[in-house]
Parts: sequence; structure tokens; C-alpha cells
Amino acid sequence: MSVGFVMMAHNALHRAGQVARHLADHDCPVVIHVDRRTPEADFFALVELVRDKKNIHFAPRIACDWGTWSLVEASRGAAQMLLDLAPDLNHISLISGACLPIKPVDQIVEYLHAHPTTDFIESVTISEVPWIQDGLGEERFSMTFPFAWKRQKRLFDLWVDLQRRTGIKRRIPAVIAPHMGSQWWCLTRKTLENIFNDPERATFDQYFRKAWIPDESYYATLARRHSDTIESRSLTLTKFDFQGKPHLFYDDHLTQLRHASHFFARKVWPGARKLYGAFLGPKARLTDDGRAPQIGLDRVFSEAVARRTRGRPGLLMAGRFPNEGFENHVTAAPYAVFHGFDDLYADFQIWLSETIGTRAHGHLFAPENVEFAHGQAGFSGCLTTSAALRDYNPESFLTNLIWNTRGEHQSFLFSPRDSQGISKLLARDPNAVIAAISGAWALPLFRSGLPIEKLRAKAARLQRREAAHLTRLRERRTRARVRIWTLAEVLENPTEPLNIIQEDLSVPGAAHAQTLPENLPMEGIDLFLQELRNAGMNPYTAGSFGERNAPIVDANTQTQAPEVLVNQDKR
Amino acid sequence: MERRRLQVRGVRKRRELTAVADRTRLIHPDAILAFCTIRNEKPRLPYFLEYYRSLGVEHFFFVDNGSDDGGPEYLAGEPDVSLWHTDAWYRDSRFGTDWLNWLKFRYAHKHWTLTLDPDEFLVYPFCDTRPLPALCHWLDQSGIRSFGTLLLDMYPRGPLSDLKYCEGQDPFEIAPWFDAGNYTIDTNPKYGNLWIQGGPRARVYFEDEPEEAPSLNKIPLVRWDRKYTYVSSTHMLLPRGLNQVYDRAGGEKASGCLLHAKFLDSLIDKAAEEVERRQHFARGREYDAYYKRGQTGDGLWCNWSERLTGWRQLETLGLMSKGNWA
Repeated sequence: MSVGFVMMAHNALHRAGQVARHLADHDCPVVIHVDRRTPEADFFALVELVRDKKNIHFAPRIACDWGTWSLVEASRGAAQMLLDLAPDLNHISLISGACLPIKPVDQIVEYLHAHPTTDFIESVTISEVPWIQDGLGEERFSMTFPFAWKRQKRLFDLWVDLQRRTGIKRRIPAVIAPHMGSQWWCLTRKTLENIFNDPERATFDQYFRKAWIPDESYYATLARRHSDTIESRSLTLTKFDFQGKPHLFYDDHLTQLRHASHFFARKVWPGARKLYGAFLGPKARLTDDGRAPQIGLDRVFSEAVARRTRGRPGLLMAGRFPNEGFENHVTAAPYAVFHGFDDLYADFQIWLSETIGTRAHGHLFAPENVEFAHGQAGFSGCLTTSAALRDYNPESFLTNLIWNTRGEHQSFLFSPRDSQGISKLLARDPNAVIAAISGAWALPLFRSGLPIEKLRAKAARLQRREAAHLTRLRERRTRARVRIWTLAEVLENPTEPLNIIQEDLSVPGAAHAQTLPENLPMEGIDLFLQELRNAGMNPYTAGSFGERNAPIVDANTQTQAPEVLVNQDKR
Repeated sequence: MERRRLQVRGVRKRRELTAVADRTRLIHPDAILAFCTIRNEKPRLPYFLEYYRSLGVEHFFFVDNGSDDGGPEYLAGEPDVSLWHTDAWYRDSRFGTDWLNWLKFRYAHKHWTLTLDPDEFLVYPFCDTRPLPALCHWLDQSGIRSFGTLLLDMYPRGPLSDLKYCEGQDPFEIAPWFDAGNYTIDTNPKYGNLWIQGGPRARVYFEDEPEEAPSLNKIPLVRWDRKYTYVSSTHMLLPRGLNQVYDRAGGEKASGCLLHAKFLDSLIDKAAEEVERRQHFARGREYDAYYKRGQTGDGLWCNWSERLTGWRQLETLGLMSKGNWA
């Protein structure tokens, strides 16, 4: 009692030959099927390569198209041939030329010997389990597929489309329930013979001949009909990427493959010399018992799928530049923006970094140059203080800053005096937490002591810029977390914004400062604002002073809900 | 059609080329090819050849634009090099693009093809364990025709003149520093490629006119077809689909970095020469900047510069991506 192998090969035949020789060396007969489309020269080179092995045979060559019946025909012919040639075989295993045995052959033989009546074939019902990575599901069984997907792509798609539109469906033979699974199986002689000699074989052939990828369903379905003991898993390790193509194994997967619990791995890059050497070479090391968790490979491949489909949030690079709305977070991490605060509170920046444990920058978007924390001349990632470089692409500047400092919370001051290029990005970024005191721009003007006539135009300009920014932050589609106070509200209760910041923004572990920053001088600001109004410039973003219950001057002064920073995202 | 016009241009420019060493008969059907224009870059050549040979490049195509430093003689003696000579103007051939387009049209059909400058070194995910044929095989399997990179300027610490580059030396032994995160990206609506700028050159030389800073987006590796043509250097190609080396739906496509070993002591002489010749892009204004700065001896290094440790570092920093290659 022993095991024999049917090998399906179509390219890299020198590797297929190497694996076949290895199996044959361990007294396992091998029947190789080589695709009719493979160049003759390659085929004869393979024949030459294994000529001295009496237990390697070649099955009649059939032209194979991926996803079609020809593959079943080929493997069935080869398996029948193997059954006839080696009457003492108890298990037949189907492998491909790109498979590599990752356990010693003796161990495989021993394992199968211990399970003489078990059929190892992944076989699941399509209606209950989403087995397919990317492609046709139940339609595989209810449609016909006369065209080769790889060679006649357009016809294939047209034909599928036509069937979908007309709703014409095939009838599935009553005696079988369609199952599917990996096409790499290991079946017992009894099961295989029963499948091949089934009285209804002609019906099944007729049916599967036109099904899609029948090599993944023919054996899986018929084994269910004939087998006594099915263990629904493949002995071959195969991992699929997000498009349903098998991942390749390379030299750097050696350690993980040694720990895998499977007997074969597919597909192996033909150039992976170290892998072939390690598992087939004369000094092939005995692997461990296979009980080590397979986390390594699983994680590597699922991470690859995630990276390709979702990417790293907040990263823009040569391979990732999402259209607006597809960013999966515009920036890499949460950060805070304090609008107008430093006009009101003395040493606000210092207070911030002490209180909430953030890297508190000054006005990153100041018109003259970038004010990094501690007045540094540059910052992570080699960002510089040059305003021209920053303003060339302010959105890149901000996403870079946040990306470069992953792991450390960032915050910066903002004001209508600053360059406003990031306004749109702030509004659509769920990572942005924005606390704003509208109208605070009036304070520095007031303190300058200049006559109103000289300040009027400047005040109007600042207010226009602030209003445009705040309007964006208040839009329904804004995704930033925004809290806006008017200057009037803050003057009535100067500690409220600070308390809220402290409660809501503190980075875990930050030591809460007991003191609050002092207010900068602002006695008489209400008179100053009135003067502006008298001069014809209505400072409406500052809110209304004195009479809290007076009608609001402008719709834009309406504040957000009074509670803590509202996450507009949760609307 | 622009693609046709550029192709015809390349075919016309073939008359400017004379073969010095033609070993193209030796090329296997699945060989990976490299194409390169040189001018007085002899010290760089031995390491360039060594680096790409070890990655699995099988044949090199060089166009020598009037070198007089012995470089062509050295190349003509190498067994895997084919060499052409021209004295025509670099600028008139669109900075060598026309010449190389013609050679690729003639010899690179169906081959994986690298188009490089002699100071560009390709780094891609797993390049320490998987040679170029593995990458190309995977790209083929995934139906990808072109592979995008970021041109990453590498520089030494301190003034350029401080460390002498010796022939055959790994240039990144003396210039191992780079800028990790100050790149700006935009798209070019005409050709659909990304337009990446930034890095040390923008930071130091183009602080006041960032829009003039050189482009850092490059697509050096292409499964060539006679129908393809580079538009400008290797920044973009036609047909436009080849420029889609980035994902627009939020994912990451596999991409690499071209390490740029431009900033060595030899640059100072080169800049002086190029300022005279005015043969480079935008009349070599970049070289003007180097020339002026190089003489004062300001280095590109700053406190926030990163030191290169390997591709995994570049991948973690987000300068390149494994995509779904695992």
C-alpha cells in the first residue's frame, strides 16, 4: 500500500521534473501530464531528465485551457493510467508542476498509511460558504462556458452577460449536489475507481463539460457521492490574493513553509533555488511536527491583501494616490487644530503641550514661515520652515507631517491670518479635531492701538477668510470633529473652552496641568468691535456682546450644539 | 497622434547612432534588458554593471554621448554590453529619450526593460531575496506591464567635496542619507501619471521656486512593446495606461525606489561642465543651482535626514510598497 502522484505541468518543466524525481526516489510512482501547448522541445527535455526513473510515466498530452473541462480530462486520464500501472496504490494525489513537497515523502506516505480509507479533498457547498475569492459563484453551475477565459476574454464576458440578461439556467443533474474546493486532492483508489466507473458518468461529463472551472468542482462533487470518509481539506497549501490568483512562494518563505502543516506548497517560483534545495536537496532537513501554528504565512498573505485593497491610511506615494472620497482617512492619525486660541490666552502653546501631551506646533501655516514646535528649523521627514515650499502643496505638507509623526499626537494653531490652503482638507478629514474661537482675529488688531480707519480693511479681509473657513467646517458633509465658540461667548466664560479641551483631547497618560493659561489683555474689546461696526465693518463672527439674548446678527454666528466636541461623522 | 510622432522621431534619430559593440545576438527571449545614456561617467560604470548583473539584468544597452574619459572603451570590452556612439546634441534628442526609444523599438520588444541613468539604482520589495526575474515573473502573473518608483535622492553628510568616490565603490557607502517625508504629489491630467516633487533638491535648491523642482516620479521597468514610447525621460509613457502604476481607490500598488547617487564629489565638476554645455532639462538650470551651492560647500544633510538601512525601512516609511506581493 502506497501513494502515487499525478502531476499536471505546463511550464518550468525542469522544476516539475526535479519534484517528480524526488517523489520517484522515494518509491512513489508519478504520472506527468504535460500541456499539449507546451513547446515540444521543453517536453522532450523533461522526458530526457527523468528517463532513468522507471516509475515516472507520461500521460497522453491534451491541450489545456485554464478554467475548462480539458483540465479534468487530462487529470482523469492520467489518474486512470496510474491506477492501471500500479495496482497496489491505495492513495492517488493530484499535484501541479509548481508544487513543492514541504514534508519528507516518508512522512506523507506514513500519514496516508495511517488513514487508509480517508479521502483528502476540500469540498464545500457553494450556496452556504463563500469559498470564491473573486469571480463567479453559483453561476458556475447554472451557466454554460464554452469560451476560454484567458484566450477569448471578450466572448467569454459577452456570453456570461447574455445568460445573466436572459435568465436562462441549466439544470443540475438530480443525483448530485454541487460542491467545490481546491483542485489539488488526494483520493483513495476505491473512491477514484467509483468515480471513473460511475454508471452515470456520461451524464456528469455532459454537465461538467460546460461548467466553469470544473477542475474545482468535478472531483469535489463526485467524491461526495462515492466516498465514505471525506476530510475536507487539501494537503496542498495554496494562498490566494485579492484577485483569486495564487500567491507565489519565494526563498524568504522558507521558515514559514517549514512550519506549515501541509504536505505540499503551491505555487513556488521556479527560480526559488533555496526552497527547492532545502526541501528536495540531499541535505533536506526534517521539518518539525507541523503543529506549530501557521500564523506566519496566514498573516503575511492577509496583510498583503489588505495593503493592496485598503492601503495605509494617510499615505500618499508612488503606488497610492486615492481619488477624493477613496482615501480611507485623509491623514494617518488624529490631530488637533486650535483656531484663534493664542489670540486670547497667553502661552497657550506651552499650556497645550503640558496639558494634553501633544506636540504643540505654532502657526504651521503662518504666511512668513512654518512655526514648528520649539521653534525648530525643520521637522520629521525633513520638512522645512519654508513657506513657499509649504504653500506649493499645503495638503501634502499636512498629510506628510501627520504621516511622519505616527505615534505622536500633533496639534497646531490656526487663524485667518494664516495661509488657508488646508481648509478643505481639514473639513473632510475625520482625523481633524478643530476647536475654534470665531472673531478672535479682532484681538491683535485691537491691541495694535492703530486707528480704526487703518484696521478696517484688514479686519474685513480676516473676517472674510474666517467666515469661508468656518462655513466649510459647518457643512453637512464635513467629517472633522468641530467645536466653535464666538469670541463673545468665550469672554463671558473664558475657562470653558480650556476645560473642554482638557477633558476631551488629553492624550492618555498626560499629566493634567492644574493651572489655566492667563488671558491676554482685552479690556475694551467690545468698544473696539462697536467702533468697527460704526465704521461700517460688522464683525459678526465675534458674536454679540452685552445682551446674550439679543437676536443673532448673522446666521453664521450660530454655534454648534453646546456639548463637547461633536463628531459630525456620527450624524 | 503623439505616440506615433514620438516613435517616428526616435526612428529618425537612429541615424545619429553608430554601433560600437553589438552583442544583441546573444540575448535570450526572456532576458531582462537595461538601457542607459552616458557622458563621461566612467567611475560610476563598474558598480552600476555589478549591481544590475547581480539583480539579474542579462544585457545592457548603452548610448555614449561623446565621452572622452575611457568609459566607452571599458564598456565595449564587457561581454554583456552593446554600445552605440553619438556626438549629436543631448538636448535635441530630448535628453537621450529618442535614442533609447529607437533601441528599444528595435531590440526590446516583449522583454522586461529597465531604462536608467548610470546613477540610478532600483530597489523594490524583497530585492535582497528575490532577484529581478522574480519581480518580472510576478508582474507578468498579475497582468502588470509597468512598475512605478520614486526617485530618492541620496546624499552624504557634509559638503559634497568631503568624500571621494572611488571607481567600483558602492556609492551609498558615502551617500547613505535621504529625505523620508517631504514629497508633494499631484496628477498630470494629460498623461495620467503622478507628478512627485520634493526631497533634498526641492528643500535646498528650489526653496523659493518649488514648481521648478525636478520630478521624482519614474517608471523605469516596463514589459516593452514596439508600440510603447517614453515621453519625457522615464517620467511618463504612452500609451497612457502604462502610467497607471498607482491605485486610485485607496489601495497600494507594488512600487519601488530608484536610489539616486547623483550627489557625490564628481557632481561639482559635472555641474561646472554642464553649466557650460546647457544640454540638460530646462537648459540645465538645476545644474546652475548645484554649481552655485556646490562651491559654497553647503551639504544637503539636515538633522532630520534618515540613513538607509534597506528596502524594509523604505517600505515602512511609505516611500515604496509591497502592494499584494507577499
